[in-house]
Amino acid sequence: MGYEIIGITVLWLFLYGYLIVASVDFGAGFFAYYAKVTKKDHIINQLISRYLSPVWEVTNVFFVFFFVGIVGFFPDSAYYYGTALLVPGSIAIILLAIRGSFYAFENYGSKQSNVYMFLYGATGLLIPASLSTALTMSEGGFIVEENGQVSLQYMELLTSPYSWSVVFLAIVSVLFISASFLTFYAARANDTEALKLVRKYALFWGMPTIVMALTTFIALGQHNERHYENMMDLWWMFGLSVGFFMIAMWLLYIGKHYGLAFISVMLQFFFAFFGYGISHLPYILDPYINIFEHATHESMGIALIIAFIAGLFLLIPSLILLMKLFLFDADYVKGKK
Amino acid sequence: MLEMDPVLMSRLLTALTLGFHIIFATLGVGVPLMICIAEFIGIRKNDPHYLLLARRWARGFVITVAIGVVTGTAIGLQLSLLWPNFMQIAGHVISLPLFMEVFAFFFEAIFLGIYLYTWDRFKNPYVHWALSIPVVIGGALSAFFITTVNAFMNTPEGFFLGEEGVAAINPIEAMFNPATPTKVFHVLASSYLTVAAILAAIAAFHLLRQKRKKTSAEGASVYHKKGLKLTVSIMFVFSLLTALAGDVSAKFLAEHQPEKLAAAEWHFETEENADLILFGWLNADNEPVGVLRFPGLLSFLAHGDFNSEVIGLEEFPEEVTPPLWVHYMFDLMVTIGMFLVGVSLLYLLFIKIKSVNEHNKWMLWLLVLSGPLAMLAIEFGWIYAEEGRQPWILRGVMTVEEAATSSPHVGLMFLLFLALYAVLGTICIIVLRKLFRNNPAEEELEKKYPTIETGDK
Repeated sequence: MGYEIIGITVLWLFLYGYLIVASVDFGAGFFAYYAKVTKKDHIINQLISRYLSPVWEVTNVFFVFFFVGIVGFFPDSAYYYGTALLVPGSIAIILLAIRGSFYAFENYGSKQSNVYMFLYGATGLLIPASLSTALTMSEGGFIVEENGQVSLQYMELLTSPYSWSVVFLAIVSVLFISASFLTFYAARANDTEALKLVRKYALFWGMPTIVMALTTFIALGQHNERHYENMMDLWWMFGLSVGFFMIAMWLLYIGKHYGLAFISVMLQFFFAFFGYGISHLPYILDPYINIFEHATHESMGIALIIAFIAGLFLLIPSLILLMKLFLFDADYVKGKK
Repeated sequence: MLEMDPVLMSRLLTALTLGFHIIFATLGVGVPLMICIAEFIGIRKNDPHYLLLARRWARGFVITVAIGVVTGTAIGLQLSLLWPNFMQIAGHVISLPLFMEVFAFFFEAIFLGIYLYTWDRFKNPYVHWALSIPVVIGGALSAFFITTVNAFMNTPEGFFLGEEGVAAINPIEAMFNPATPTKVFHVLASSYLTVAAILAAIAAFHLLRQKRKKTSAEGASVYHKKGLKLTVSIMFVFSLLTALAGDVSAKFLAEHQPEKLAAAEWHFETEENADLILFGWLNADNEPVGVLRFPGLLSFLAHGDFNSEVIGLEEFPEEVTPPLWVHYMFDLMVTIGMFLVGVSLLYLLFIKIKSVNEHNKWMLWLLVLSGPLAMLAIEFGWIYAEEGRQPWILRGVMTVEEAATSSPHVGLMFLLFLALYAVLGTICIIVLRKLFRNNPAEEELEKKYPTIETGDK
């Protein structure tokens, strides 16, 4: 296996990690606000903040990791995406900045403020929407290079059915992943009232997720046939994804084994995300960036992989410690510590 | 403004983001060390005052870390958005430390989260203290890695640039380029110095306020006095180290980047026994007037010998020399650095001399000034470092102009980010004030440690 493949696999894994942990965080923001509006905040907001407070910074790093890594392994992506994404990228940064800092202000600073809560909830939906458009653009046709000038075709992007279905898929997925995690967390905390509420959210957002996934699949067929055909060849991955979705929904429905249900949701997205990613190859940006032709030099590629492995030895034990203290420590989860 | 040159606007936006980010980055590197030291002393001496110092610093730190994280994310993305051509080369040659910086930060973030939420959770207090060490190390490593990238921009090595782009890449050589050791030393020492000065300024400010109000909150007064003594001692150590780092940096510049040193010193002609000049201005013939002149000192600063030869700006074509106003940035940075050495030394002398009260009004005022001045020195030093490299983004390889994006919308983005930072900065200050004003140290002392003895001890 070449270092290009290892590189893209590592990056994709990090993006998958971000997809899961950030979805939990984004969705929780929305639910917290929604609960406040419907006057149910006393039921779940304590639970949400107990989980999010120690981990929110870690979430952001997954994302930084991905974009720093992609520039390292595939430097041309800085050139194409960097030039084309100035405006949407800046907007995404501003949303992330508002969310991150307001989270800290809200939680460590003063008393609850409606403005913070609103921004926290709203950015929870807007950020996944804006970040997901980068994936849309990677399909080609939206970023073009003419006479050495790279530009983004805004009209095409805003009028494309594929682009919009990705946005909606991102939003409903975030809510589904987040609700199923919170269900597990509430069950762990033995908080029956909160459990009842978040389980309802999870069951509610399951169906839209699978419907939007299917819609997006069809829209992709119209937009990029090559990719669509490749996805068809990997049908079994998507089949597994649907299978895990059904297991998750069943467990949520019968109200047992919420931990297993959340793992099934993770696996559902794992197979869908990797199926999508593998069939996307060899392009990072269709047709300009090809992982085999535009990877960094071998010496740098190998140095990055070594750094990555060394880094994992440091990070995995630390992450396990973090999870042990805040996720699996029953007393902490129940609010006794 | 919206139609302005993308190169200029890209520079302004980068300057804006970094100028704002480095305040929080500096705090992010320095505060963990202070917390770590205070908690250790607190456990060791079984002194609640020091434990409370650590707790309160940590509490304020969370807010500044949040802004550091989001502005750090912003600059990380902006590098690609504003300087796509630079990042294309940098991606090939210098992405290793960029990548590792993220690891270091990840490590820091994980342990910071653990540290903040596990006060009182362990039986052995040293376990909690030990959790601060990875935070200190993570912060220092982040600074180290990111500084190697900046060093690389000054002395790019470890690759070959041919017709076909970059080749023969050696990531380790690129990372450990000639500018790395002095730059890393300077950045770390000055970060610790600045944070110690800021925390000292806060303690001094509280002592002054108590003096004015003549309150009898003995406990709080002892608390702030201990905080002051600790931070000023740390400040003194790091002010000396920073001065040493500045000295080796000047020697590095004289050898590897003489035009940067010469521009800062308004040193136009190559000569032996060169004078060091401070401040002043340039007359119509480009001659420095109204300056403070130290005979031979520039030669000494550059090579450790009063008679050595220092290269002047005349040896470089005008289009590759930095702007001459960097002289003021350099002078201001050095002056403040010297001021910090002086103030911290004076305070420590006052402690030794029994007949002088080290908490007299003037001493406290000088210490209050030290904090903001130290942060200003960081900004001046950084502006000097960046402007002194002009017109290059990669010295001798690529100019800033070649590196910038061609997108016409940078002006609008500049306004958006300006608004964002204004809001973040304002709310940060409001939140910090609320956080500490609603929960003053004296109240917290009584609540948390009801058995504490008051009075000097």
